[in-house]
Amino acid sequence: MKHSLVTIANLTKEKIEYLVEMAQEFEKYPNRKILEGKVLATLFFEPSTRTRLSFETAANRLGARVIGFTDPKVTSSTKGETLKDTIIMVGGYADIIVMRHYLEGAALYASEVAPVPVVNAGDGANQHPTQTMLDLYSIYKTQGTLENLNIHLVGDLKYGRTVHSLLMAMRHFNPTFHFIAPKELAMPEEYKQYCREHGIKFVEHEDFNEDIISQADILYMTRVQRERFTDLMEYERVKDVYVLKAAMLEKAKENMRILHPLPRVNEIAYDVDEDPHAYYFQQAKNGLYAREAIICDALGLTIEDVRNDKTIIL
Amino acid sequence: MKREEQLVVKIENGTVIDHIPSSKLFEVINLLHLEEIKESAVVIGYNLESKKFGRKSLIKVFNKYFTDAELNLLSVVAPNVTLCIIKNFEVVEKKKVVMPKEVRGIVKCANPKCITNNEPMETVFHSNGEEKHTLTCHYCSKEQSLEGLKLVN
Ligand SMILES: [Zn+2]
Repeated sequence: MKHSLVTIANLTKEKIEYLVEMAQEFEKYPNRKILEGKVLATLFFEPSTRTRLSFETAANRLGARVIGFTDPKVTSSTKGETLKDTIIMVGGYADIIVMRHYLEGAALYASEVAPVPVVNAGDGANQHPTQTMLDLYSIYKTQGTLENLNIHLVGDLKYGRTVHSLLMAMRHFNPTFHFIAPKELAMPEEYKQYCREHGIKFVEHEDFNEDIISQADILYMTRVQRERFTDLMEYERVKDVYVLKAAMLEKAKENMRILHPLPRVNEIAYDVDEDPHAYYFQQAKNGLYAREAIICDALGLTIEDVRNDKTIIL
Repeated sequence: MKREEQLVVKIENGTVIDHIPSSKLFEVINLLHLEEIKESAVVIGYNLESKKFGRKSLIKVFNKYFTDAELNLLSVVAPNVTLCIIKNFEVVEKKKVVMPKEVRGIVKCANPKCITNNEPMETVFHSNGEEKHTLTCHYCSKEQSLEGLKLVN
Protein backbone atom coordinates (compact mmCIF):
# COMPACT_ATOMS: atom_id res chain seq x y z
CA MET A 1 0.00 0.00 0.00
CA LYS A 2 1.39 3.39 -0.91
CA HIS A 3 1.14 6.07 1.77
CA SER A 4 1.87 9.58 0.63
CA LEU A 5 2.83 11.94 3.43
CA VAL A 6 1.49 15.38 2.56
CA THR A 7 0.43 16.88 5.87
CA ILE A 8 0.85 16.10 9.54
CA ALA A 9 -2.56 17.56 10.37
CA ASN A 10 -4.56 14.44 9.56
CA LEU A 11 -2.23 11.82 11.04
CA THR A 12 -3.76 9.94 13.93
CA LYS A 13 -2.11 9.69 17.32
CA GLU A 14 -1.41 6.02 16.61
CA LYS A 15 0.24 6.81 13.31
CA ILE A 16 2.48 9.47 14.86
CA GLU A 17 3.52 7.08 17.62
CA TYR A 18 4.08 4.34 15.05
CA LEU A 19 6.41 6.54 13.00
CA VAL A 20 8.28 7.62 16.15
CA GLU A 21 8.76 3.96 17.02
CA MET A 22 9.94 3.19 13.52
CA ALA A 23 12.43 6.08 13.67
CA GLN A 24 13.79 4.51 16.88
CA GLU A 25 14.47 1.28 14.99
CA PHE A 26 16.41 3.21 12.38
CA GLU A 27 18.37 5.04 15.02
CA LYS A 28 19.49 1.67 16.39
CA TYR A 29 20.59 0.52 12.94
CA PRO A 30 20.63 3.37 10.43
CA ASN A 31 22.60 1.49 7.73
CA ARG A 32 20.76 -1.18 5.80
CA LYS A 33 20.02 -2.46 2.33
CA ILE A 34 16.28 -2.68 2.94
CA LEU A 35 15.61 -0.41 -0.07
CA GLU A 36 18.10 -2.02 -2.43
CA GLY A 37 16.77 -1.88 -5.97
CA LYS A 38 14.51 1.09 -5.26
CA VAL A 39 14.84 4.51 -6.85
CA LEU A 40 13.88 7.65 -4.94
CA ALA A 41 13.36 10.91 -6.82
CA THR A 42 13.97 14.25 -5.12
CA LEU A 43 12.16 17.00 -7.02
CA PHE A 44 13.11 20.35 -5.56
CA PHE A 45 11.18 23.05 -7.42
CA GLU A 46 12.58 25.37 -4.79
CA PRO A 47 16.09 24.87 -3.45
CA SER A 48 16.56 23.63 0.12
CA THR A 49 19.95 22.08 0.52
CA ARG A 50 19.47 20.88 4.10
CA THR A 51 16.21 19.08 3.52
CA ARG A 52 17.44 17.52 0.30
CA LEU A 53 20.68 16.31 1.90
CA SER A 54 18.74 14.77 4.75
CA PHE A 55 16.43 12.85 2.40
CA GLU A 56 19.23 11.77 0.10
CA THR A 57 21.30 10.58 3.05
CA ALA A 58 18.33 8.62 4.38
CA ALA A 59 17.79 6.97 0.98
CA ASN A 60 21.48 6.21 0.51
CA ARG A 61 21.85 4.70 3.97
CA LEU A 62 18.99 2.32 3.20
CA GLY A 63 20.46 1.21 -0.12
CA ALA A 64 18.12 3.10 -2.47
CA ARG A 65 19.41 5.10 -5.41
CA VAL A 66 18.52 8.73 -5.87
CA ILE A 67 17.60 10.73 -8.97
CA GLY A 68 16.25 14.25 -9.15
CA PHE A 69 16.83 17.92 -9.62
CA THR A 70 17.32 20.85 -7.33
CA ASP A 71 17.39 23.85 -9.52
CA PRO A 72 14.07 24.71 -11.12
CA LYS A 73 15.88 26.62 -13.86
CA VAL A 74 17.21 23.42 -15.40
CA THR A 75 13.85 21.67 -15.51
CA SER A 76 11.11 22.05 -18.00
CA SER A 77 8.76 23.74 -15.56
CA THR A 78 10.22 26.96 -16.94
CA LYS A 79 9.27 25.73 -20.41
CA GLY A 80 5.65 25.59 -19.32
CA GLU A 81 5.33 21.93 -18.45
CA THR A 82 2.62 21.35 -15.87
CA LEU A 83 3.39 19.90 -12.46
CA LYS A 84 1.08 17.03 -13.32
CA ASP A 85 3.11 16.06 -16.40
CA THR A 86 6.39 16.23 -14.49
CA ILE A 87 5.03 14.11 -11.65
CA ILE A 88 3.53 11.46 -13.92
CA MET A 89 6.74 11.23 -15.92
CA VAL A 90 8.98 10.93 -12.84
CA GLY A 91 6.46 8.53 -11.29
CA GLY A 92 7.19 6.27 -14.24
CA TYR A 93 10.90 6.25 -13.37
CA ALA A 94 11.01 6.23 -9.57
CA ASP A 95 9.38 4.21 -6.78
CA ILE A 96 8.81 7.23 -4.57
CA ILE A 97 8.87 11.00 -5.05
CA VAL A 98 10.12 13.47 -2.46
CA MET A 99 9.16 16.96 -3.54
CA ARG A 100 9.53 20.52 -2.40
CA HIS A 101 7.56 23.24 -4.12
CA TYR A 102 7.05 26.97 -3.71
CA LEU A 103 3.28 26.70 -4.25
CA GLU A 104 0.83 25.76 -1.50
CA GLY A 105 -1.08 22.54 -2.08
CA ALA A 106 1.40 21.36 -4.73
CA ALA A 107 2.28 18.21 -2.77
CA LEU A 108 -1.34 17.22 -2.22
CA TYR A 109 -2.07 17.65 -5.93
CA ALA A 110 1.06 15.69 -6.85
CA SER A 111 0.00 12.87 -4.52
CA GLU A 112 -3.36 12.74 -6.29
CA VAL A 113 -1.89 12.41 -9.79
CA ALA A 114 1.26 10.39 -9.06
CA PRO A 115 1.34 6.63 -9.61
CA VAL A 116 3.80 6.32 -6.68
CA PRO A 117 3.83 7.69 -3.12
CA VAL A 118 4.73 11.34 -2.64
CA VAL A 119 6.46 12.74 0.42
CA ASN A 120 6.02 16.47 0.95
CA ALA A 121 9.34 18.14 1.73
CA GLY A 122 7.67 21.54 2.04
CA ASP A 123 5.03 23.27 -0.10
CA GLY A 124 5.30 27.03 0.20
CA ALA A 125 4.03 28.35 3.50
CA ASN A 126 1.74 25.37 3.84
CA GLN A 127 3.21 22.13 5.23
CA HIS A 128 6.52 20.51 6.03
CA PRO A 129 5.51 17.25 7.70
CA THR A 130 8.92 15.57 7.81
CA GLN A 131 10.29 18.51 9.79
CA THR A 132 7.42 18.03 12.21
CA MET A 133 8.12 14.29 12.48
CA LEU A 134 11.74 14.93 13.35
CA ASP A 135 10.65 17.54 15.90
CA LEU A 136 8.25 15.02 17.45
CA TYR A 137 10.93 12.37 17.45
CA SER A 138 13.35 14.78 19.13
CA ILE A 139 10.79 15.67 21.77
CA TYR A 140 10.03 12.02 22.41
CA LYS A 141 13.69 11.10 22.61
CA THR A 142 14.62 13.85 25.04
CA GLN A 143 11.54 13.70 27.25
CA GLY A 144 10.73 10.00 27.05
CA THR A 145 7.14 10.89 26.18
CA LEU A 146 5.06 13.22 24.04
CA GLU A 147 2.40 13.60 26.73
CA ASN A 148 1.71 16.56 29.07
CA LEU A 149 4.69 18.72 28.12
CA ASN A 150 5.27 22.47 28.39
CA ILE A 151 6.37 23.60 24.96
CA HIS A 152 7.65 27.15 24.53
CA LEU A 153 7.63 28.48 20.97
CA VAL A 154 9.82 31.53 20.53
CA GLY A 155 10.33 34.11 17.78
CA ASP A 156 8.41 34.25 14.52
CA LEU A 157 5.12 32.52 15.30
CA LYS A 158 3.26 34.30 12.52
CA TYR A 159 5.03 32.93 9.45
CA GLY A 160 6.85 29.98 11.00
CA ARG A 161 5.16 26.97 9.45
CA THR A 162 7.20 24.55 11.56
CA VAL A 163 5.64 25.87 14.75
CA HIS A 164 2.15 25.72 13.23
CA SER A 165 2.59 22.10 12.17
CA LEU A 166 4.07 21.17 15.55
CA LEU A 167 1.10 22.76 17.26
CA MET A 168 -1.35 20.69 15.22
CA ALA A 169 0.57 17.45 15.60
CA MET A 170 0.80 17.87 19.39
CA ARG A 171 -2.98 18.14 19.81
CA HIS A 172 -3.12 14.42 20.65
CA PHE A 173 -0.75 14.74 23.58
CA ASN A 174 -2.22 17.29 25.99
CA PRO A 175 0.55 19.91 25.75
CA THR A 176 0.66 23.39 27.24
CA PHE A 177 2.07 25.87 24.76
CA HIS A 178 3.71 29.18 25.56
CA PHE A 179 3.76 31.57 22.60
CA ILE A 180 6.65 34.00 22.98
CA ALA A 181 6.81 36.55 20.18
CA PRO A 182 6.82 40.24 19.33
CA LYS A 183 3.38 41.68 18.54
CA GLU A 184 4.05 41.81 14.81
CA LEU A 185 4.93 38.13 14.70
CA ALA A 186 2.43 36.80 17.25
CA MET A 187 0.66 33.48 16.77
CA PRO A 188 -2.16 34.07 14.25
CA GLU A 189 -5.73 33.98 15.50
CA GLU A 190 -6.61 30.95 13.35
CA TYR A 191 -4.09 28.81 15.26
CA LYS A 192 -5.25 30.10 18.61
CA GLN A 193 -8.75 29.18 17.51
CA TYR A 194 -7.42 25.75 16.54
CA CYS A 195 -6.05 25.39 20.08
CA ARG A 196 -9.38 26.33 21.64
CA GLU A 197 -11.26 23.91 19.40
CA HIS A 198 -8.90 21.08 20.28
CA GLY A 199 -8.56 21.84 23.99
CA ILE A 200 -4.90 22.80 23.72
CA LYS A 201 -3.82 25.11 26.57
CA PHE A 202 -1.75 28.14 25.66
CA VAL A 203 -0.27 31.25 27.27
CA GLU A 204 1.04 34.27 25.35
CA HIS A 205 4.10 36.31 26.29
CA GLU A 206 5.91 39.24 24.79
CA ASP A 207 8.79 38.95 27.27
CA PHE A 208 11.47 36.34 26.91
CA ASN A 209 13.46 35.80 30.09
CA GLU A 210 14.81 33.16 32.46
CA ASP A 211 11.62 32.97 34.51
CA ILE A 212 9.55 32.12 31.47
CA ILE A 213 12.19 29.65 30.30
CA SER A 214 12.21 27.97 33.73
CA GLN A 215 8.83 26.32 33.08
CA ALA A 216 9.73 24.83 29.72
CA ASP A 217 10.30 21.19 28.83
CA ILE A 218 10.96 22.15 25.23
CA LEU A 219 12.21 25.56 24.10
CA TYR A 220 11.58 25.78 20.38
CA MET A 221 13.47 28.71 18.86
CA THR A 222 12.82 30.21 15.41
CA ARG A 223 14.40 32.95 13.32
CA VAL A 224 13.13 36.49 13.60
CA GLN A 225 13.77 37.79 10.09
CA ARG A 226 14.04 41.45 9.22
CA GLU A 227 12.02 41.09 6.02
CA ARG A 228 8.97 39.93 8.00
CA PHE A 229 8.54 43.36 9.58
CA THR A 230 6.51 46.14 8.03
CA ASP A 231 7.83 48.48 10.70
CA LEU A 232 11.64 48.42 10.77
CA MET A 233 11.72 50.47 13.99
CA GLU A 234 9.84 47.61 15.58
CA TYR A 235 12.40 45.15 14.19
CA GLU A 236 15.27 47.16 15.68
CA ARG A 237 13.46 47.23 19.01
CA VAL A 238 12.76 43.50 19.23
CA LYS A 239 15.60 41.85 17.30
CA ASP A 240 17.69 41.27 20.42
CA VAL A 241 14.78 40.43 22.72
CA TYR A 242 14.26 36.96 21.24
CA VAL A 243 17.88 35.93 21.31
CA LEU A 244 18.69 33.06 23.65
CA LYS A 245 21.92 33.37 25.66
CA ALA A 246 23.50 30.83 27.99
CA ALA A 247 22.95 33.09 31.00
CA MET A 248 19.19 32.82 30.50
CA LEU A 249 19.30 29.07 31.15
CA GLU A 250 20.24 29.17 34.82
CA LYS A 251 16.75 28.38 36.07
CA ALA A 252 15.93 25.92 33.29
CA LYS A 253 14.62 22.45 34.18
CA GLU A 254 17.18 19.72 33.84
CA ASN A 255 15.17 17.84 31.20
CA MET A 256 14.61 20.98 29.13
CA ARG A 257 15.99 20.85 25.59
CA ILE A 258 16.42 23.62 23.03
CA LEU A 259 15.20 22.88 19.51
CA HIS A 260 15.61 24.93 16.35
CA PRO A 261 14.74 23.95 12.76
CA LEU A 262 18.08 25.39 11.52
CA PRO A 263 19.70 27.29 9.97
CA ARG A 264 20.04 29.70 12.85
CA VAL A 265 21.26 33.20 12.28
CA ASN A 266 21.69 34.96 15.61
CA GLU A 267 18.68 33.89 17.66
CA ILE A 268 20.74 31.39 19.64
CA ALA A 269 24.04 32.81 20.91
CA TYR A 270 27.07 30.59 20.30
CA ASP A 271 27.67 30.23 24.03
CA VAL A 272 24.49 28.12 24.21
CA ASP A 273 26.04 25.43 21.99
CA GLU A 274 28.12 24.10 24.90
CA ASP A 275 25.17 24.08 27.30
CA PRO A 276 23.71 20.62 28.07
CA HIS A 277 20.25 21.92 27.13
CA ALA A 278 21.30 22.58 23.54
CA TYR A 279 19.86 19.93 21.26
CA TYR A 280 19.49 21.48 17.78
CA PHE A 281 22.35 19.60 16.12
CA GLN A 282 21.14 16.24 17.41
CA GLN A 283 17.69 17.32 16.29
CA ALA A 284 18.96 17.70 12.73
CA LYS A 285 20.56 14.28 12.97
CA ASN A 286 17.25 12.84 14.16
CA GLY A 287 15.88 14.03 10.85
CA LEU A 288 17.81 11.25 9.20
CA TYR A 289 16.07 8.54 11.27
CA ALA A 290 12.66 10.19 10.96
CA ARG A 291 13.05 10.37 7.18
CA GLU A 292 14.25 6.78 6.96
CA ALA A 293 11.03 5.81 8.71
CA ILE A 294 8.88 8.06 6.53
CA ILE A 295 10.39 6.77 3.27
CA CYS A 296 9.93 3.12 4.30
CA ASP A 297 6.38 3.72 5.50
CA ALA A 298 5.53 5.50 2.25
CA LEU A 299 6.85 2.51 0.30
CA GLY A 300 4.60 0.19 2.28
CA LEU A 301 7.18 -1.35 4.62
CA THR A 302 5.89 -1.97 8.14
CA ILE A 303 7.63 -1.72 11.48
CA GLU A 304 7.70 -5.54 11.50
CA ASP A 305 9.57 -5.51 8.19
CA VAL A 306 12.05 -3.11 9.73
CA ARG A 307 12.46 -5.20 12.90
CA ASN A 308 12.89 -8.41 10.91
CA ASP A 309 15.21 -6.78 8.42
CA LYS A 310 18.12 -9.08 7.52
CA THR A 311 19.98 -6.44 5.52
CA ILE A 312 21.37 -4.45 8.45
CA ILE A 313 24.95 -3.28 7.93
CA LEU A 314 26.75 -3.26 11.26
CA MET B 1 -46.70 53.55 -6.07
CA LYS B 2 -47.05 50.25 -7.77
CA ARG B 3 -44.61 47.65 -6.43
CA GLU B 4 -41.76 47.29 -8.83
CA GLU B 5 -41.92 43.55 -8.58
CA GLN B 6 -45.33 43.52 -10.16
CA LEU B 7 -43.73 44.94 -13.26
CA VAL B 8 -42.17 41.52 -13.78
CA VAL B 9 -44.60 39.18 -15.53
CA LYS B 10 -46.18 36.18 -13.84
CA ILE B 11 -45.22 32.82 -15.18
CA GLU B 12 -47.40 29.80 -15.77
CA ASN B 13 -44.74 27.12 -15.41
CA GLY B 14 -41.11 27.39 -14.45
CA THR B 15 -38.72 28.48 -11.73
CA VAL B 16 -38.47 31.77 -9.84
CA ILE B 17 -35.17 32.59 -8.18
CA ASP B 18 -35.79 35.42 -5.76
CA HIS B 19 -33.83 37.52 -3.27
CA ILE B 20 -30.64 37.52 -5.29
CA PRO B 21 -28.26 40.25 -4.11
CA SER B 22 -28.04 42.55 -7.13
CA SER B 23 -24.25 42.40 -7.10
CA LYS B 24 -24.47 38.62 -7.56
CA LEU B 25 -27.08 38.57 -10.34
CA PHE B 26 -24.65 38.00 -13.17
CA GLU B 27 -22.87 35.23 -11.32
CA VAL B 28 -26.19 33.45 -10.80
CA ILE B 29 -26.90 33.79 -14.52
CA ASN B 30 -23.49 32.30 -15.27
CA LEU B 31 -23.78 29.43 -12.82
CA LEU B 32 -27.14 28.31 -14.19
CA HIS B 33 -25.99 28.84 -17.80
CA LEU B 34 -29.13 30.86 -18.52
CA GLU B 35 -27.51 32.30 -21.64
CA GLU B 36 -27.74 28.82 -23.15
CA ILE B 37 -31.50 28.57 -22.81
CA LYS B 38 -32.87 28.73 -26.33
CA GLU B 39 -36.49 27.55 -26.31
CA SER B 40 -38.08 29.55 -23.52
CA ALA B 41 -38.15 32.99 -22.00
CA VAL B 42 -36.05 34.22 -19.12
CA VAL B 43 -37.18 37.40 -17.35
CA ILE B 44 -34.72 39.21 -15.21
CA GLY B 45 -35.65 41.86 -12.67
CA TYR B 46 -32.61 43.86 -11.63
CA ASN B 47 -32.38 46.10 -8.60
CA LEU B 48 -35.99 45.85 -7.50
CA GLU B 49 -37.17 47.38 -4.26
CA SER B 50 -37.54 44.89 -1.44
CA LYS B 51 -38.74 45.42 2.13
CA LYS B 52 -36.25 43.00 3.62
CA PHE B 53 -33.24 43.56 1.41
CA GLY B 54 -33.32 47.15 0.23
CA ARG B 55 -32.54 46.20 -3.35
CA LYS B 56 -32.63 42.73 -4.80
CA SER B 57 -32.80 40.97 -8.11
CA LEU B 58 -34.89 38.08 -9.32
CA ILE B 59 -34.99 35.73 -12.26
CA LYS B 60 -37.97 33.94 -13.73
CA VAL B 61 -37.22 31.06 -16.04
CA PHE B 62 -40.16 29.85 -18.10
CA ASN B 63 -40.82 26.16 -18.54
CA LYS B 64 -37.65 25.02 -16.90
CA TYR B 65 -36.89 23.17 -13.67
CA PHE B 66 -33.38 22.79 -12.38
CA THR B 67 -31.87 19.85 -10.57
CA ASP B 68 -30.99 20.29 -6.91
CA ALA B 69 -27.33 19.94 -7.81
CA GLU B 70 -27.61 22.85 -10.25
CA LEU B 71 -29.48 25.00 -7.75
CA ASN B 72 -27.08 24.19 -4.94
CA LEU B 73 -24.28 25.75 -6.94
CA LEU B 74 -25.97 29.05 -6.10
CA SER B 75 -25.21 28.53 -2.43
CA VAL B 76 -21.63 29.53 -3.12
CA VAL B 77 -22.46 33.00 -4.50
CA ALA B 78 -25.91 33.69 -3.13
CA PRO B 79 -26.73 31.42 -0.18
CA ASN B 80 -29.91 33.27 0.78
CA VAL B 81 -31.85 33.09 -2.48
CA THR B 82 -35.33 31.61 -2.44
CA LEU B 83 -36.52 29.26 -5.12
CA CYS B 84 -40.12 28.76 -6.20
CA ILE B 85 -41.27 26.01 -8.49
CA ILE B 86 -44.31 27.24 -10.40
CA LYS B 87 -46.95 25.06 -12.04
CA ASN B 88 -50.17 26.54 -13.44
CA PHE B 89 -49.38 29.95 -11.93
CA GLU B 90 -49.20 28.33 -8.47
CA VAL B 91 -46.16 27.95 -6.25
CA VAL B 92 -46.03 24.20 -5.81
CA GLU B 93 -42.72 24.08 -3.98
CA LYS B 94 -40.43 26.51 -2.17
CA LYS B 95 -36.80 25.60 -1.70
CA LYS B 96 -33.67 26.91 -0.04
CA VAL B 97 -30.33 26.23 -1.58
CA VAL B 98 -28.14 23.83 0.34
CA MET B 99 -24.39 24.16 0.48
CA PRO B 100 -22.82 21.03 -1.01
CA LYS B 101 -20.11 19.37 1.14
CA GLU B 102 -17.68 19.65 -1.72
CA VAL B 103 -17.59 22.43 -4.32
CA ARG B 104 -15.75 21.43 -7.48
CA GLY B 105 -14.73 23.63 -10.36
CA ILE B 106 -17.01 26.55 -9.44
CA VAL B 107 -14.93 29.16 -7.62
CA LYS B 108 -11.30 30.22 -7.59
CA CYS B 109 -9.06 30.06 -4.56
CA ALA B 110 -8.23 33.54 -3.29
CA ASN B 111 -4.66 32.52 -2.45
CA PRO B 112 -2.40 33.53 -5.36
CA LYS B 113 0.24 31.05 -4.17
CA CYS B 114 -2.21 28.15 -4.30
CA ILE B 115 -1.38 25.41 -6.79
CA THR B 116 -4.90 25.71 -8.26
CA ASN B 117 -4.09 29.22 -9.51
CA ASN B 118 -0.89 28.08 -11.20
CA GLU B 119 -1.78 24.77 -12.78
CA PRO B 120 -4.56 23.86 -15.24
CA MET B 121 -6.69 21.87 -12.79
CA GLU B 122 -10.09 21.78 -11.15
CA THR B 123 -10.51 23.65 -7.87
CA VAL B 124 -11.97 21.76 -4.91
CA PHE B 125 -13.35 23.31 -1.73
CA HIS B 126 -14.83 21.82 1.40
CA SER B 127 -17.79 23.54 2.98
CA ASN B 128 -17.56 24.49 6.64
CA GLY B 129 -21.27 24.23 7.29
CA GLU B 130 -24.23 26.48 6.58
CA GLU B 131 -23.70 29.00 9.36
CA LYS B 132 -20.00 29.71 8.82
CA HIS B 133 -20.31 30.96 5.22
CA THR B 134 -16.78 29.89 4.39
CA LEU B 135 -15.11 27.34 2.16
CA THR B 136 -11.72 25.77 2.73
CA CYS B 137 -9.49 25.09 -0.24
CA HIS B 138 -8.77 21.36 -0.50
CA TYR B 139 -5.24 22.08 -1.73
CA CYS B 140 -3.81 25.04 0.19
CA SER B 141 -6.16 24.71 3.22
CA LYS B 142 -6.97 28.44 3.25
CA GLU B 143 -10.41 29.13 4.67
CA GLN B 144 -12.16 31.90 2.76
CA SER B 145 -15.45 33.71 3.07
CA LEU B 146 -18.09 33.20 0.40
CA GLU B 147 -18.45 36.93 -0.24
CA GLY B 148 -14.91 37.27 -1.56
CA LEU B 149 -14.94 34.28 -3.89
CA LYS B 150 -14.78 34.67 -7.67
CA LEU B 151 -16.10 32.20 -10.19
CA VAL B 152 -13.62 30.27 -12.30
CA ASN B 153 -13.54 31.57 -15.83
ZN1 LIG C 1 -6.10 27.13 -2.46
